[in-house]
Amino acid sequence: MDREQTSARIAALIEPFNKKGVAITDATRFTDDLEFDSLTVMDFVAAIEDEFDIIISMNQQAEIENYGQLVDAVVKLQD
Amino acid sequence: MTDMLSENETEAHVDLFSKFDPLIEMRRNLLASGVEDPFNLVMERVLSPTVAVCNGRETILLGTYNYMGMTFDPDVIEAGKQALEDFGSGTTGSRVLNGTYAGHKAVEQALCDFYAMDHAMVFSTGYQANLGIISTIAGKSDYIVLDIDSHASIWDGCKMGDAEVVPFKHNDIVAMENRLRRIPAEAGKLVVLEGVYSMLGDIAPLKEMIAIARKYGAMVLVDEAHSMGFIGPNGRGVAEDQGCLDQVDFVIGTFSKSVGTVGGFCVSNHPKFEIMRLVCRPYVFTASLPPSVVATAATSVRKLMHAGKKRAHLWENSRTLHKGLKDAGFQLGTDAPQSAIISVIMPDLERGAAMWEALLHEGLYVNLARPPATPANMTLLRCSLCAEHSAEQVQQIIGMFTRAGKAVGILG
Repeated sequence: MDREQTSARIAALIEPFNKKGVAITDATRFTDDLEFDSLTVMDFVAAIEDEFDIIISMNQQAEIENYGQLVDAVVKLQD
Repeated sequence: MTDMLSENETEAHVDLFSKFDPLIEMRRNLLASGVEDPFNLVMERVLSPTVAVCNGRETILLGTYNYMGMTFDPDVIEAGKQALEDFGSGTTGSRVLNGTYAGHKAVEQALCDFYAMDHAMVFSTGYQANLGIISTIAGKSDYIVLDIDSHASIWDGCKMGDAEVVPFKHNDIVAMENRLRRIPAEAGKLVVLEGVYSMLGDIAPLKEMIAIARKYGAMVLVDEAHSMGFIGPNGRGVAEDQGCLDQVDFVIGTFSKSVGTVGGFCVSNHPKFEIMRLVCRPYVFTASLPPSVVATAATSVRKLMHAGKKRAHLWENSRTLHKGLKDAGFQLGTDAPQSAIISVIMPDLERGAAMWEALLHEGLYVNLARPPATPANMTLLRCSLCAEHSAEQVQQIIGMFTRAGKAVGILG
């Protein structure tokens, strides 16, 4: 799956967690812009893991701050 | 690289404490409302496992982990006094140097006998047992799969080690299997579970979870801190109760709950387990427990092997309190009593603190638990029962809760 397709599927998954309807770009930050707390992060990560059948360990999550980095990580993890 | 400053220049001072400002502010607001500080209580005198004098008031203790009431057991106290006289007040050394006395070996043998397992390793606290074992056995490119509601000592053990950390939703068997399934087959895997989760007092479906962990070739560690001495026919914990203790590779436990003193341990049948004593840093680089502590622990552990009547009474207390509080209209952490912890869910921190204070004025101490220690940002009044609470005390407790709940406006 290419980056664009992956991004589209993640964009759909993020919607229920995007309570304030923030416009999502690659630069959107999960903690600062979307105000995700640790529980939201867990639920959101689980949704992505199940959608793409991958694991994003907490060690990997620590490196992901914004939406663009998440898409890149998911693209890489599907290889 | 930044340039070196010349002698007459200084940079602005960054206060490393400013990160704590939100918490400082939250505490200030809470205390400004006039409630007693819930995190600064002093027990002036302790009269028994269930009664102490707090802030000048005689108070029933319902927020200790003294589940089996061993702290004032005459045999336990006598053993401690004798060891203090015979071996002195402390060891002043590591277990692997000068800090292993006859008493340390004796308490490890008592644990082997209690669990019917081959190896036991005693740490200076339960926190260090999780920290040490988890960080040591799961190394680089291994995976730790753990429940999201795991105790801080488990999380810190993960953080201290080099393994990949993969959490799953609390007690969710499917979520756990999905994560195990996706880990590379050749990777080392450790599944970390708890018998009783202490915030809500709920137990884990260990039998099902451990079977799945085994299916994917994972080793299994179960923290039985809140179940030892009480749950299971021999008090070995939830895994014993569910008939799957033989499938557990490592049991972590503590002396600071049912055993009634302080210290932590890991028991295991792993044939190479003894090497842990040389490679586990939280075991090696700290002083061993004082002789009096290991003597009280050994005596207490051996007495807990034959404590069937006390276990039965504690279960009765748990059932009575759960029903009493439920009937009074409180919202509880579990639908049925699953452990010696009955967790009462508060609408918010302010009313939780007010309720905590009202109970203290009634003469009852419970634990106030608040985020981030609690799941789903709940504020909880955590009640932990003791085998030494009498049936009358439990009725008294229900009355106190009901009066305080009405006074604070939590009950209609």
